[in-house]
This record gives sequence, C-alpha cells and structure tokens, in this order.
Amino acid sequence: MTTSTAHHPGRVRRALAKVPMWIILGILLVVVVYPLFWMLTGSLKTQDEFLNNPTWALPEDWTNFSNYVEAWTVGNLDVYIRNSIVAVFPSLFLTIVLGVAAGFALEVMVWKGRGPVLLAFLVGIMIPGQMILLPLFTMYFRTGLTGTLWPLIITYTAIGLPLTVFMMATYFRSVPREIFEAATLDGASIYRTFFSIGFPLVRNAVFTVALVQFFFIWNDLLIALTFTTSDDLRTIQVGLLNFTGQFGQIQYGPTFAAISINVIGTLAIYLFLNQRVMKGLTAGSVKG
Amino acid sequence: MNRVLGDWRAITILLGPALLVYTLVMLVPIFWSLGYTVFEGNPILGFTFVGFDNFAQLFTDPKVGDALWFTIRYAVVLTLLQVLFGYGLALIYVFWLRKASGVIRTLAFFPVVLPTVAVALLFQELFKIAPVQGLVNDILNVFGIASVDWFASSATAFWVMIFMDLWRSMGFYAVLLYAGLVDIPDDIFESARLDGASGFRLVWHIVIPLSLPVLLSSIIFSINGTLKVFDSILALTGGGPGNTTTPLTLYMFQTSFTYGEYGFGSTIALLLTVLCLVVTIFIFQSNRRDLTKD
Repeated sequence: MTTSTAHHPGRVRRALAKVPMWIILGILLVVVVYPLFWMLTGSLKTQDEFLNNPTWALPEDWTNFSNYVEAWTVGNLDVYIRNSIVAVFPSLFLTIVLGVAAGFALEVMVWKGRGPVLLAFLVGIMIPGQMILLPLFTMYFRTGLTGTLWPLIITYTAIGLPLTVFMMATYFRSVPREIFEAATLDGASIYRTFFSIGFPLVRNAVFTVALVQFFFIWNDLLIALTFTTSDDLRTIQVGLLNFTGQFGQIQYGPTFAAISINVIGTLAIYLFLNQRVMKGLTAGSVKG
Repeated sequence: MNRVLGDWRAITILLGPALLVYTLVMLVPIFWSLGYTVFEGNPILGFTFVGFDNFAQLFTDPKVGDALWFTIRYAVVLTLLQVLFGYGLALIYVFWLRKASGVIRTLAFFPVVLPTVAVALLFQELFKIAPVQGLVNDILNVFGIASVDWFASSATAFWVMIFMDLWRSMGFYAVLLYAGLVDIPDDIFESARLDGASGFRLVWHIVIPLSLPVLLSSIIFSINGTLKVFDSILALTGGGPGNTTTPLTLYMFQTSFTYGEYGFGSTIALLLTVLCLVVTIFIFQSNRRDLTKD
C-alpha cells in the first residue's frame, strides 16, 4: 500500500492489530466516565437549560453553583452528612479496635476452642442483613434506643466484626510466631506484646480494613433505612433516596448537585488511596 | 511462655468485647428471627402464635414466587455478565496493556466505590423519558430510534437494572480476576506460546483452566451479592412497575415494615438465607467433584 508497509510490514501489522483493542478501551472509558461527566455538568445547569437545551449540552455558566447551595440548605444535605459522620466513625473505630483484639486472641494466643469461635464469626459473613433486621428493631424499640443514632452505631459495629476479625486473624497468621514467642520469653506481658508488637506489625492491614469497612458503612442503605425513624436522623444515603421526592420531579439542578456531592466525596477518597482501596476491597470481597 | 499466650484473663479481655457484641447483635437475632417464623404480628401490636402458617403462606403467596423467580433471574444473569465482562477486562489488563494497565484499572474501578443510591438516581436521569428526556433516549433519537419509557415495563426496567449493576461492579471483578491471572507464572505462557498456542486457544486451554479457582470464588462472591441485592433496586425502580422487579430482600422489607408482618417477613428472610447457603455449598461441591475427576 505505502512504502512504510514495504519497509516495516511487521511493525505496521502489529500496530493495526492493536486498533480493535484501543476501540474497546475507548468505549470502556466513555461508558465509565461520561455518565459521571454528564452528572457534573448537569449540576451546573439552570432549570431553564434543562428544559430547553439538549441533554448533552454543556452548562452555559461553569461557575453556577446555586444548585449546590440549594441542595445543601433546602435539601438538608448538611444534616444528612453530619448524621452519617456521627454514625459511621464511632462504629468504624469500635469495629477496628474490637476486631483487631479479637483477631489477635484468636490467632496468636493459644487456647482450645479457637477454631469454633472463628467459625462462629465466619457465619456472620454469609448471613443476609434481612435475617437480623426484625429482632434488632424489636430490641432497639424495647430499650428505647429508637430515635437516636445508637441503633446505627451498634448494628454497623456488629456487622463489620465478622469480616474484620477474619481478615485480622489472616494477617496475624502471616506474622512469624517466633516474634510473639520471643517477646513473651523476654518477659513482656500479653498486653505489651499486643500493643507494642502485634498492633504495629499489622498497622497497614488495619488501615486497609478500615478503608473497606468505611465504604461498606458509608454506602449502606438497608440498616440506615430501617433504623432512622425521623427526618433529622437520616444518613446521607437515606436522605438522598428521599431527595427527588422532596424536590418533586421538577427541580433537576439540585438533584444533580446532591448526587454530585455524594459522588465527588467518595471519589476523592478513592483517588487519594486507590491502590489500597482496590487491594482491600478485593481481599475483603466477602460481603455483598 | 504458654502461660502468657494462654492467659485466660487476657483472652477474655481481648476477645470478650467483640464476641459479646457479635453474639448479642448478630447470633442472638439470627435465632430470634427463626423464632419469629411461627408468630404473627410486630413489637408494637404484639405477637400471636400461628404455628407453621407463615411457611404455608410462603408456598401459596404468588408474590413470594414472583420475588423468588426475579431474585434467581437477576442473580444468574448478573453473575454471568459480571464474571464474563470482568474476566474480559482482566485479560485485557494482563495480555494487552500489561504494565500500563494501572490508569485503566483505576478508572474502571471508579463506580465500585460510589454510593449505590447516587448511582441509581444518576441512572434514573440517564434513562428518563419525561418530563425531560434523558441522555439515553436522546442518543436513540439521533439514530432514528423512538424514545423508550424504560421504567414502564418490567422487561426494560430489568435490563436497565442489569446494565447499571454491571456498570457498578465490572471494574471490581476485573481487579479480582486480574489478581488471580497475575499469579500464574510467566513461563507457563511462554512454553504454551512456543508450542504454538496463541489468542483464543491460549486463553481457552491454558488461561481459563489455570484461573479456575479465582473464577470460582468470583462466581460464589457474585451469587452471594446478587441474591442479597437491595439498595440498587430500591433506589432505581422501587420494585416496580407493579412488583415486577421486586427481589426477596425488598419483598421481605415491605412485608415487615409496610405491613408490619414480622413473622412472615422473617420467614422470607429465612428463605433468602437458605438460598444463599445452598447455592454456595452447591458451587463448592460441584467444583470439588470436578477437581477429583482430573
């Protein structure tokens, strides 16, 4: 065809062979990224633009953040995000502290019955949330905890434990036992061994597990929907679910802005820590 | 030494709190929930003993049948597509992009971490027909195809749902399977190539058999997740139109909290739990049999 084909037939053929692959990747990127881009541009459009311009049109004013202001104030997103923070971080902290200690006791310490207890924790990974929902509702109702964020904190802590205990036990298993044995021979107490040797050794793993649990809890809808009985207790996911209802099907801008706030937040954390998130989520890929 | 590592007081202090919380908030409720299956009512109005009525209702209520059928259809279709697309992507990462796949992996993983409710609302807007048409129908119009009211029929709503969940999860399965493929030693591929295997033959005869364990765990994980699907369906269609996209999880939720039938709700939850266990054990067993045959 051209002289270059004559000179380098192999190279051109190899380059051409890659064309279908680049097309596939191009399609992939458009499918993954474009909806998010469309959402972001939508959040900057005015109601007038939604009604009169085609959906793929870009916003006329790229600095129009009034939708965000409206979603934040009128849409109560500030309250929802605060509730999420109040519910998520204490339970995250509890899950990690209790889970790491339990993982240590189950893997490093020597006693009969470790196997069955670890197995009992494993059962929790398979059980659907629906199975424990109604008894918990009854419990919280009878103890008068309904109407607070405590049901969320308690339930998230318990639901996060199986996976945390299981993963921490696995991490402790990869630490050579001699390290702990040497520490005890040197006269360190078990608590000292746990805090000065065990914990620092699995510090990175703790961080990864915490990250995975954070995404599970922050994005949860089932538990939050069941135990948030009033509007001022709603978490961000429950608030968002009711968002379109609040604004009717008419106010597009604030809806897009509310979705964007939610998406940008999680995306920022992910981009900042993406290798860890990927590794952690795939390693902990047990919860549906 | 064993006196220290086997100190009962230390074991109690370290394990006790976790075991207590786990027992009270997960194990006890599992058995409590089993107890509910022979009762009718809810904590506000009180309970009455009904024996096995709830189980009888489980077999006669047509909505349970519909929900079960939907759950299975959804789980099978989505599991197949998730693992298929994830595997395809993983192969692309390993064999074509190789070391340069980092950026693509990061981008394709994006949707995995996004909140399901936000994604579902986004897809509602994308597939909307009225009052303002969404992007998907606009694109159809460009190709001269009439707009579709995606959420008006159960068939189209089902496929929008599958598409959305595939969009959300594809990158996850790609990374999971990629991790399995990277573990295969390079010299196996080298010797296969020297023997003249390439392209599809290489994938079919070498890559797939060697990545069978990770494929299997992907399938188990996917089935378990899809049988429990709740967030994405509730936020995307709310189970509609009618109750044609209502899975067992959502039907259980509606029965319990909309109609206040805790007994029947628990019975549906039990059905779901048994379904998850049976499917997982079945896949495990069938795989073990295959391995012993080889």
